[in-house]
Amino acid sequence: MIDEVLLDLLHIELVNTLVTPSPNNKSELVLTELENVGHSTGYRLIERITKDSLRFKDELDIMKFICKDFWSVIFKKQIDNLRTNHQGIYVLLDHRFRFICNISSSKQFTELMPKYLAFSCGLIRGALGNLGLNAIVTGEVVKPPSCRFQVQINKS
Amino acid sequence: MAKPVKNVDSKKISSDLFSLTYGSLVFQLIKDYENPEDVNKQLERIGYNIGLRLIEDFLAKTNTPRCFDFKDVADKIQSAFRMYLGITPSITNWSQGNDEFSLTLEANPLAEFIELPDHLINLRYSNILPGIIRGALEMVQIEAKAWFLQDYLKGDATTELRIKFIKKLEDVMPQGED
Repeated sequence: MIDEVLLDLLHIELVNTLVTPSPNNKSELVLTELENVGHSTGYRLIERITKDSLRFKDELDIMKFICKDFWSVIFKKQIDNLRTNHQGIYVLLDHRFRFICNISSSKQFTELMPKYLAFSCGLIRGALGNLGLNAIVTGEVVKPPSCRFQVQINKS
Repeated sequence: MAKPVKNVDSKKISSDLFSLTYGSLVFQLIKDYENPEDVNKQLERIGYNIGLRLIEDFLAKTNTPRCFDFKDVADKIQSAFRMYLGITPSITNWSQGNDEFSLTLEANPLAEFIELPDHLINLRYSNILPGIIRGALEMVQIEAKAWFLQDYLKGDATTELRIKFIKKLEDVMPQGED
């Protein structure tokens, strides 16, 4: 077992190393690489986590698994709230999102926060991808440290 | 409120998560830099930055006093490995002047699922570890050099991390103050 501090610090460095300013617009950031790292981590991790679980019944079952077990493995807590419109859109609400809860919640840092969500968006997308769901995952900070992730599942 | 998850040590995470995240990072860096030497440098730098912060956590959690000699430093590094990575490396091969030693890792949690392909033979996969050690020691006023002497991933029998004491860093007065 590994101390969780290491993951926190590694994540800070991930953000510092992989997030680059966009070439056209200096204030915009390129988060693709960070998201990709999250994606490949999630894609592999879900295989390790689900190796003892039963086959999932349906989409909602998978989403519940992501909110409970998958989230607990990564963040030691479950998603606080899961909402869905039953048409492929899910909203996951985390009231105390791990990667930003050590950042001050003052206005000063709100602009920096989105880049701390990209890795986790990738994690969710990768995990869903390996479970056969093609999804678009976006994250936004509601009111630090509370975050909302929106999962939109593409029907193929 | 969701119920707390049962039966988990609240301060520990699965090493799978960490090693997979690390693996994805290395993979991304290989794509970005192509030259394995550059990837090594980046990993060392990342490790260094982690070390700078990690030492704070280590000192706060263990209440360790200042190290009095390099043997003491070796013991502390050993306990830090146990604390953070859950492994206990053995300390071997002291140099004559007691300024250099090796840490032999039986298992490397970072490289658990890894097999190095032939064209990446120059890649030092776990190069984040020497970086962490260098960064952490620098914060306690020890300049040291760390590097891999042997690596299990490259076909060696064990993973051996060599650490060399260079000099003690002195406090520097801020400019303009007597």
